[in-house]
Amino acid sequence: MAAFFPQAEKLGMATRQTQILARSLLMPAVGLLFIWMIVPLALTIYFSTLHYSLLDPGSEEFVGLENFRYFLTDPAFLASLQNTLVLVGSVLALTILLGIPLALLMDQPVIGRNFVRLMVIAPFFVMPTVSALVWKNLLMHPVSGLFAWLAKLVGLTPIDWFTDAPLLAVILIVAWQWLPFATLILLTALQSLDEEQKEAAEMDGASAVSTFIYITLPHLARPITVVILIETIFLLTVFAEIFVTTGGGPGLQTTNIAFLIYSQALIQFDVGSASAGGLVAVVIANIVAFFLVRIVGRNLEA
Amino acid sequence: MGQITLQDVQKSFGPVHIIKGADLEIADGSFVVFVGPSGCGKTTLLRLIAGLEDVSGGKILIDGKNVVDTPPAKRGLSMVFQSYALYPHMSVRGNIGFGLKMAGLSKDETNRKVEAAAATLNLTPYLDRKPRELSGGQRQRVAIGRAIVREPKAFLFDEPLSNLDAALRVQMRIEVTRLQKQLGTTAIYVTHDQVEAMTMADKIVVLNGGKIEQYGSPLELYEKPANLFVAGFIGSPKMNFVTGEHALQKGAATIGVRPEHLKIERDGAGGWQGTIAVAEHLGSDTFLYVDAGPFGMLTARYIGELSLHAGDRVSLVPDPARIHRFDAGGNAIRG
Repeated sequence: MAAFFPQAEKLGMATRQTQILARSLLMPAVGLLFIWMIVPLALTIYFSTLHYSLLDPGSEEFVGLENFRYFLTDPAFLASLQNTLVLVGSVLALTILLGIPLALLMDQPVIGRNFVRLMVIAPFFVMPTVSALVWKNLLMHPVSGLFAWLAKLVGLTPIDWFTDAPLLAVILIVAWQWLPFATLILLTALQSLDEEQKEAAEMDGASAVSTFIYITLPHLARPITVVILIETIFLLTVFAEIFVTTGGGPGLQTTNIAFLIYSQALIQFDVGSASAGGLVAVVIANIVAFFLVRIVGRNLEA
Repeated sequence: MGQITLQDVQKSFGPVHIIKGADLEIADGSFVVFVGPSGCGKTTLLRLIAGLEDVSGGKILIDGKNVVDTPPAKRGLSMVFQSYALYPHMSVRGNIGFGLKMAGLSKDETNRKVEAAAATLNLTPYLDRKPRELSGGQRQRVAIGRAIVREPKAFLFDEPLSNLDAALRVQMRIEVTRLQKQLGTTAIYVTHDQVEAMTMADKIVVLNGGKIEQYGSPLELYEKPANLFVAGFIGSPKMNFVTGEHALQKGAATIGVRPEHLKIERDGAGGWQGTIAVAEHLGSDTFLYVDAGPFGMLTARYIGELSLHAGDRVSLVPDPARIHRFDAGGNAIRG
């Protein structure tokens, strides 16, 4: 290399200096991020080993892993773990299964396409609390809601969503919020599909359905993976929608891990047990992430 | 069989007339090249024949049957795209066999045909690779394999070699020509490269501004260009055109002489005199760009090495039998 490029050695020096400069400029940001994450984590670990009740201040004492035992053996834990997984899985399925046809529709040239796209993206910009309240009071309310009115119009008994199908109601609200995200990612992927590939398939005699199955869907494999990974991260921590609609109930029917931790800390005022729950949630998130990357992450390589 | 006839084929995109009435007879088994500058409509004409675009008027007959309302797959043609348009997630085998699979052929039958096509194109060792693991030339061959495996009535090539480097392009040019002769299938080939056109074609269609300027064998086009456009487009370096009094003496508005038909004379008194602006010495050829005053810039070609340099005065004598005459409308005057 050096024989062909006599200046390569000098270049190496310059590169090294650039690297040192780059690193020292990055330091403050990285350092701040590190502190931002490490301090809460350290404190959470510390609290998780204490008997620490807000109702009984001053009585903190070291209890070892007692908080973990309490949290993990709580019957609410398994119920909320199950709710969490059902919530994440259902929302993922709904957003992808509806997002693909929506993206295909939005990829068609129609009048006012830009406006339609803007409207479809809109739900993503509505705050979770606001959208949950709108769903609860304007759409799903058993007396004055739009769905109740529609049901009565065709002579059916209105569904009392938050009593009869509370988890489904929460799933619908969250799916509505995340559908735009999935649609948008899939739409941009569709737009990057080579036109000549579709024409080649047409020349090869593929019908619209075959083109979708053999050309479009494989092309979407990677963006679908991205949607699954990103949505999972956020769906594991859904909280606001549950807080303002069902408050985790009735019973434990809509309590997920995030909400269970909240109720430990701020309903039962048990900071120690909530901290232990928080750490359990971290472990669960990592397990889910591990399997996700194993199963779908392969698509991201290459 | 693969006889293709165009009758007054027209295409407009909104108010823009791309193809202004094309009539063409393509004989079975012939290799026809559409050539012209960019935007002349050559790719559009090919896509009309393929069925990827709908005609605005006229008829396209394949073996005597009008196919303008037939979907692309039913026309029995196959196409090689400029970008190759290989399916990235399928292996070479999958790519070549996709059309057969769509046609509902059995797995054994498909495999047999795919392997035969791959053998023809020296692709057998790569059958289980993905397109991204292949070189440009190999991808090109897969695209051709996808076309030949369906045993079409005609191949349509849309500038298939434009993404290859110069050396590979020459090699593929020969391979494609040989393959077409071997299979005896009609081929329509679009290119903007007149060297490709001259070397590959049985017949060339020169297109300009949506119109067919001339249709003939490569040498016909070279020796008897129908008009100024064809005369200027075919041949490299370009034909010299001289207008004005000198042309009028020969009874034409413009006369044209190819660079290779100008005799170069040192300190000559006759012919067109001028000063050499640039001299290019290639060893095999010498190209002189001569500033000939009232005749404009002229290009002269000498086969072999000629020791002349910029600034030297020369006189260029056109071969009288090789002077092309054109009328004021740009059409060739014969006789």
